[in-house]
Amino acid sequence: MSSITDVPVALSERVVPVAGVTASPAPVNPWYRTGARFLTTVFTRIAAIGALALVWQLAPQWETAPGEYLVDPTFLPPLSEVLVAWWDLLISGELWTHTEASLVRSAAGFGLAILIAVPLGLLIGWYSPVANLLNPLLEVFRNTAALAILPVFVLILGLGETSKISIILYGCTWPILLNTVSAVRTVDPLLIKSARSLGLGPVRLFQKVVLPAAVPTIFTGIRLAGAASILILIAAEMVGAKAGLGYLINYAQYNFAVPDMYAGIITISAIGLIVNQLLIVTERRFSTWRTN
Amino acid sequence: MTAKIVFENVGKTFQARGRTVTALQNINLEVRDGEFLVIVGPSGCGKSTLLDLLGGLSEISSGRILVDGKPVTGPGLDRGIVFQQYALLPWRTAQGNVEFGLEAKGVGRRERAEKAREYLDLVGLSGFHDRYPHELSGGMKQRVAIARSLAFDPDVLLMDEPFAALDAQTRDGLQDELLRIWEKTGKTIVFITHGIEEAVYLGQRVAVLTSRPGRIKEVVDVPIDARSATEDLRSDPQFTHYRHEIWSLLRDEVDRARSEELESSDV
Repeated sequence: MSSITDVPVALSERVVPVAGVTASPAPVNPWYRTGARFLTTVFTRIAAIGALALVWQLAPQWETAPGEYLVDPTFLPPLSEVLVAWWDLLISGELWTHTEASLVRSAAGFGLAILIAVPLGLLIGWYSPVANLLNPLLEVFRNTAALAILPVFVLILGLGETSKISIILYGCTWPILLNTVSAVRTVDPLLIKSARSLGLGPVRLFQKVVLPAAVPTIFTGIRLAGAASILILIAAEMVGAKAGLGYLINYAQYNFAVPDMYAGIITISAIGLIVNQLLIVTERRFSTWRTN
Repeated sequence: MTAKIVFENVGKTFQARGRTVTALQNINLEVRDGEFLVIVGPSGCGKSTLLDLLGGLSEISSGRILVDGKPVTGPGLDRGIVFQQYALLPWRTAQGNVEFGLEAKGVGRRERAEKAREYLDLVGLSGFHDRYPHELSGGMKQRVAIARSLAFDPDVLLMDEPFAALDAQTRDGLQDELLRIWEKTGKTIVFITHGIEEAVYLGQRVAVLTSRPGRIKEVVDVPIDARSATEDLRSDPQFTHYRHEIWSLLRDEVDRARSEELESSDV
């Protein structure tokens, strides 16, 4: 009878020191090769953005005929002008005032949405009759663009902070809620069966199996909501705000301060990128075990 | 030896698409204390249902099952189940998974850790305690599952085609390992399989089920001693004899199951 089992096989893949034979060291890449690879990666990452910046810089300065430009610099000033305007806004502290106002709104709406939607989603998902009852309604709400309801919020809650935070809260709630509900409902039934076979009651089953199994999917919802919070924020700030990046962009456009407008747009896209990146990193941290 | 588990006229019916399906009928069977009993039957004969009933995971329609003279009313830590698909918690390490059963039993943290190491050692996974399930091969995952079910020290180990998803070599190895563990721990094992060789190789007795509705067709004694000490048991004339006996018993059932399947798909 062969005594082959998978364990010794797995073990034998490790380096076994044999007398008289020294294991050759792992091949080390010379520094210039590692460096070259690093540079290639960096180049690939920034090439497209660099190209965009270059076009943005050159197109408005390219005179096709006397007084005629490839792109009208009145509407699209060269990037350097926009950056100067951005710098001026930064130095004057104006940019920070607007950014702060925006981030506070965004974070408040997003945070409240997490606090409300996660527990609610767990509850709905855990009681499947409730889930079956509410799911169609949730789908209707999710697929109704938050901005379509913005006028309703303004009508009821006025133009102040409450309506802005509320609309962000509203927009962030659905992705979190729906993901949480489906996270709870799609926990591997075998895991539940196996936990039940150990005599676990409903509370401990939820705490030890359902909740940890649901975390990655819940985080996907949170990441989607994070992106939504920035998107909705800007639109909300274009209606009756006195500060915020959406207000800055809109106000600059009214006053024909075109470089300032672009400075606001660049800022908001940078914030969007950073927020998304942070959420992706967080999501990854909570779902390492899901990599199969 | 005394009877550890007694099936008394056990039956199970399901409601499926408005029809009543009888999965199991008149199951009468005794499992002795410390015995390795294998239940073998054609696919769809209700083997797994039988194990679910014994595990207390679904309700009996008629009759009763006694474990140590007490009727089964629900799941309990006196019975540990090993599933075909391992059922490991993917967010826990091997160690954490073995501790899971101990947590259910209410064992303290330090003792849990010690016990988990001890049982990982027993199944030959020393040094793999901090691996996550996705870092382990199928065979290793099943070892963890076995360790988990042994760690909380149930009297009875219920195994539902535990090696069916593994490749042949791994399966052979784990069968030997299981025999060794059984001899060492003295557990009563009820093992379900559709493999005849596996049944003869492992079981002191092999219960053959009929095709649906599942009934006990015959219980075959397989008096081969010291299995784990015998070199190449599968080539042994005794082994071939019992293999053939069970194969003959099963052949009619498999044929019947197949023709029933064809009939029902004609409808």
